[in-house]
Amino acid sequence: MRADDPVLRISGLCKSFTLHLRGGVRIDALRGIDLDLFPAECLVLRGPSGAGKSTLMRCVYGNYAADSGSIRVAYAGGWVELVGAVPRQIHSLRRDTLGYVSQFLRVIPRVPALDIVAEPLLTRGVAPGDARRRAAGLLERLNIPSRLFDLPPATFSGGEQQRVNIARVFVARYPILLLDEPTASLDEANRNVVLDLIQEARRDGAAILAILHDQAAREALSTRVFELTPRLAEVA
Amino acid sequence: MKEQPILEVRGLTKRFGRRTAVCDVGFELWPGEVLGIVGESGSGKTTLLNCVGGRLPADSGEVRYRTAAGPVVDMLALAEAERRRLLRTEWGFVHQNPRDGLRLDVSAGGNVGERLMALGHRHYGKLRQSAIDWLAQVEIDTARIDDPPRAFSGGMQQRLQIARNLVTHPCVVLMDEPTGGLDVSVQARLLDLLRRLVREIGVSAVIVTHDLGVARLLADRLLVMKGGEVVEGGLTDRLLDDPHHPYTQLLVSSALSV
Repeated sequence: MRADDPVLRISGLCKSFTLHLRGGVRIDALRGIDLDLFPAECLVLRGPSGAGKSTLMRCVYGNYAADSGSIRVAYAGGWVELVGAVPRQIHSLRRDTLGYVSQFLRVIPRVPALDIVAEPLLTRGVAPGDARRRAAGLLERLNIPSRLFDLPPATFSGGEQQRVNIARVFVARYPILLLDEPTASLDEANRNVVLDLIQEARRDGAAILAILHDQAAREALSTRVFELTPRLAEVA
Repeated sequence: MKEQPILEVRGLTKRFGRRTAVCDVGFELWPGEVLGIVGESGSGKTTLLNCVGGRLPADSGEVRYRTAAGPVVDMLALAEAERRRLLRTEWGFVHQNPRDGLRLDVSAGGNVGERLMALGHRHYGKLRQSAIDWLAQVEIDTARIDDPPRAFSGGMQQRLQIARNLVTHPCVVLMDEPTGGLDVSVQARLLDLLRRLVREIGVSAVIVTHDLGVARLLADRLLVMKGGEVVEGGLTDRLLDDPHHPYTQLLVSSALSV
């Protein structure tokens, strides 16, 4: 695979939601999306609320099931088709290739922040001591005080939780990063740390798909823009 | 991916009189995978688990299990002695009520050691050391090793039941509402513990739960049961965030934030 080949190829992607509890109303969220994502770029998804930016990202992460079309991810020297993939394939892609920063952190109540951040490395078989050291390094860089490392993030502020969320993804150096508002709810100092992390990952060759409402973040990171237009037509 | 499933259930059906509690259910379980079975009470999920685990006779179907030694056997068609041996050594079963899975008058250490003794371990010092190690693993004060579980809290009893099952490093563990009936704080601790143990031992597990929050945190994949049938299955977060079947949508929308 050449360096200028895409690592993610989306073609003819359609996604609708059928709301059975509302009399079977169908919402067309995405229709015929074609998109290639390349290494070392930061492609920003743009469009008004409801245009399907988060939906597209969730389809790529396998969190939403696409109706039709193709989402192919470069994996182990070949391609894996995500549309119709079995759960085990999606787990493998998530372990090795796809990192996703969602808008909020969802974790087991009692697990300490340090273990949450180390977990992606542990699932790849990294030794616990090594994984925790790398996790601690990243948390420190994100200005999480070390006295919080052993506490579960449920008690943290919104900004601190978001930084734990970011640390958990960036610790694993995924080749493809999906970032849904990574800098929301961060103060300026911490936002700058996160922007630096994203830039470094991109320069190291990560392919980044991002939703960034914050204009400063967009200007700092974006290398290309993909426009989505709203398609919230309800079909009875 | 050339890996083979460790367990393949096919066409499993169980009737109680004229009522069909489980109707033609099939699923696969892969090595190291945690499969959650969700649904309301009465959906047949516990009956399914009991049939798979040999606690209830199924009317038809197969439970094909890849034994540690290699050959695939149908647990439902196996000779009784061999079936019992496998259930005792390579399988575990965690009951919702720990009192159903423990000997309440035997010491905590004895409860943990029993399955090892069934495997032929006789060295008292080693058995006791195993019991101490496992009590520590499940966060029970090792000073309580000689106390009977009758004197334990519900959460401690449940953790002891888990230790008793995992001490022999089983390949497949079936759990029926393992966090049911526990306080929320105790539940969180147990969830954390179960996740850690599953990863460290690499056990494959089937967990029946009506709690979608528990399912989200523990299971890699879910099956949704309704009226004895599987109506939808798939990746856990996909199924909870983008449910397709009307019943799954109802279930998800009825739950408090999951």
